[in-house]
Amino acid sequence: MNRVIVNTDWCKRCGICVEFCPVEVFTQEVDGTPVPEHLEKCTGCRMCVLRCPDFAVEVEVDKDGTK
Amino acid sequence: MSNMKFDDYLVKNKFPLFWCGGCGNGNVLGAIVRAFEELQLDRKNTVVVTGIGCWGKADDYINTNAFHGTHGRALAFATGIKLANPELKVLVLMGDGDGATIGGNHLIHAARRNVDLTAIVVNNLNYGMTGGQYSGTTPEASYTSTSPYGHIEQGFDLCKLVEGAGAPYVARGSVYNIVQLQKLIVEALNKKGFSFVEAIAPCPTHFGRRNGMKTGPKMLNWIKENSVNIKQAEKLSPEEREKKFVLGKFVDRDKEDYSTKYEKIFAIAENAE
Repeated sequence: MNRVIVNTDWCKRCGICVEFCPVEVFTQEVDGTPVPEHLEKCTGCRMCVLRCPDFAVEVEVDKDGTK
Repeated sequence: MSNMKFDDYLVKNKFPLFWCGGCGNGNVLGAIVRAFEELQLDRKNTVVVTGIGCWGKADDYINTNAFHGTHGRALAFATGIKLANPELKVLVLMGDGDGATIGGNHLIHAARRNVDLTAIVVNNLNYGMTGGQYSGTTPEASYTSTSPYGHIEQGFDLCKLVEGAGAPYVARGSVYNIVQLQKLIVEALNKKGFSFVEAIAPCPTHFGRRNGMKTGPKMLNWIKENSVNIKQAEKLSPEEREKKFVLGKFVDRDKEDYSTKYEKIFAIAENAE
């Protein structure tokens, strides 16, 4: 399974990764912090990495796994 | 030189970034450093020149050589840097207020002279740092702190302006279409001569808040819905096209740059009696 890591020190809780993830991997805490809850859906497209304005999201694609 | 990764070009001990949540500046910064990685640019041979404004802070986060100039004059300083040492790769980062409104005259003349620079204008449609006043690119009828009843002027089409001034490379991308933006920046950096990339970016704090789009995602969706590519734009009426952000590459032509011409004329002058 892919790993999605959110750097909460750099994240400003803008919600862009949550809004634009094509497969809805993220949920949000009350304060807006993104939580990569549905990792099993992640296709490793890395659009959250590119769209995050704060360099706060990283995706490690699992090359051996099915997804 | 060892293989450089995009974050090797970033000054990460200054993070988190200074900009507001949802601001598009961080995305453009990301596209630039990823373009640097793609081209494996030499840090010591690259200069980033900025002016004043939110986007003017970008040089703080890039660990190449940097020059932070006065408001609107980034292109003037960059021209000096390039002419003094034509071997340098010079990148000029300006906002719409800095580069197109206060420094609009420098923009057209740098394009006309065809100095070998890469200018990246982040267009967030208003003056962000000073409180959301309208700039030369604010669209007609939108609300800003200095046009609370709707803006009565029309905004510049920066790409047409720079194209008209004679630049050999002109393109427009947006923060929403981030992959395309990076591609355009790579092409611009590779281009000999004045290359210009406009990046449409969200400013949720000022422009967004006054126009019913308080958050980053809302502004990005608005940019997405109002963007068309060049082919789609051809099918629209002129009135419809004016309201859209037309994205893509408008000009890519070969033209002798200023430094090359200057060297030639210098040789002639040296041999003259």
